[in-house]
Amino acid sequence: MRFVLPVFAVLLAIVVLWYGAAVKMNSVWTYDQAARAELEVSFAEVLADTMVQERPVLPAPHQVALGLWQGLFGQKVTSKRSLVYHGWVTLSATLVGFGIGTGLGILLAVGIVHNRAMDMSVMPWAIASQTIPILAIAPMVIVVLASVGITGLLPKAVISAYLSFFPVVVGMVKGLRSPDGMQLDLLRTYNAGRWATFWKLRLPASMPYLFASLKVSMAASLVGAIVGELPAGATAGLGARLLSGSYYGQTIQIWAALFTAAILAAGLVIVIGVIERAALKRMGMAR
Amino acid sequence: MRDSIGQSAPVIEAKGLGLTFQTGDGPVHALKDVDLTIGKGEFVSFIGPSGCGKTTFLRCIAALEHPTEGTLTVNGMAPDAARRARAYGYVFQAAGLYPWRTIAGNVKLPLEIMGYSRADQETRVRNVLSLVDLDGFGKKFPWQLSGGMQQRASIARALAFDADILLMDEPFGALDEIVRDRLNEELLKLWARTEKTIGFVTHSIPEAVYLSTKIVVMSPRPGRITDVIESTLPRERPLDIRDSKEFIEIAHRVREGLRAGHGDEA
Repeated sequence: MRFVLPVFAVLLAIVVLWYGAAVKMNSVWTYDQAARAELEVSFAEVLADTMVQERPVLPAPHQVALGLWQGLFGQKVTSKRSLVYHGWVTLSATLVGFGIGTGLGILLAVGIVHNRAMDMSVMPWAIASQTIPILAIAPMVIVVLASVGITGLLPKAVISAYLSFFPVVVGMVKGLRSPDGMQLDLLRTYNAGRWATFWKLRLPASMPYLFASLKVSMAASLVGAIVGELPAGATAGLGARLLSGSYYGQTIQIWAALFTAAILAAGLVIVIGVIERAALKRMGMAR
Repeated sequence: MRDSIGQSAPVIEAKGLGLTFQTGDGPVHALKDVDLTIGKGEFVSFIGPSGCGKTTFLRCIAALEHPTEGTLTVNGMAPDAARRARAYGYVFQAAGLYPWRTIAGNVKLPLEIMGYSRADQETRVRNVLSLVDLDGFGKKFPWQLSGGMQQRASIARALAFDADILLMDEPFGALDEIVRDRLNEELLKLWARTEKTIGFVTHSIPEAVYLSTKIVVMSPRPGRITDVIESTLPRERPLDIRDSKEFIEIAHRVREGLRAGHGDEA
């Protein structure tokens, strides 16, 4: 429990700074309104007003917390205003994309490690793929897939997979190559084939690397799914929530959606962490 | 072949063996003109300074390196064929146990790869673990064992299948002297019980003299054999044999051989 105090201190500092910034930024509007109405406002009045504006430049933490609370628990989960509903739409695309991306990443890594031609050719393309801004490619994926009749979850999952396969490729190539010369020589003395070398040595040796990659790739999947919801003018999902929030200047809604995404990402990474610990413990690799 | 111990066809035979690595700085002669015959049931040590090719020679026998000159046969076959026939067990400098497998699981590894039946695997694991004095440690993971115990487990792994050659590359090099003495003593008992032919690389003179029936002294640049000493010590060797006159004489001859190989630098 030693870490509680530092974490709490940092959190407190963030909240204090946030309140300060909210007062400063939102007071501009308050002063403008007062000037227009030709009224004098005291600092106390300004302070009070900056905390309760409907469309603040920077919503105060308690406004975001309230928005988040109402979004998550204030309505039926099937409601269009429920963040649970939107969160689930995004989560489902994230998970499908994560599955596709991880599977593809592992397959590519296996190919790269076992095939010289793939070793030379795939990695540069994989790296190049990640240098293209996802915002540029996402609309094209949606349009192309829509033209062949694929809409809804799958296009978002594809964008999500596009972001998430990369960390898995990099991590798994490193992991599958982690056994040293002596360990490979040992298997040669048993006259073990590639298949046995893969299952008995390379794959188990790569597990710690895989889990490290999965955490990065899970976060990337979520970003991909949210970005995938932006260009299509989607009506559901955290991305759609962000977009409509920015159309109508609903800053509280934007921040609530952002926090939902952050909570979702943290939850997913924690789940992977738990699976990692259980798996490595079973494999005797956890100390 | 079992009934004709000693004078039978050699287990390992090298004639004019050479291995040259082509490097950026020109060729490196790791081995040159190596002639050696190892008979069945012998315990042969290879001793010499680093770079003398002792490990390289062992790796040639194991078909992990391929000689560029001369001939080498293992059990009458080319080394590669012998490797495919799983003619030898190899013990490396480090135990190299898989951290994700238990001790029993590690010993089982070659058996799984070679397709032994489940029941056979279990019996063999139990037998070799008791052979190296690790009964009851099968369910432990490697990190729960000391370095010496890990190395014993790796020897068990090399003994688990029916290879009658055991190749050991400085297996006790990383262990402290006390553990090393114990393991040397145990290795001799194990050799007596299993009647295997053992090739043992070391850079310790007492270790070589204590263990071997034949000591091959090597020297570097190019890697070559400078002396082959047939030990006159009895097969039964308590640790205190190392204080006997005979032992000291053999050790002296080994030291002379090593010095002769270094004549140009001394």
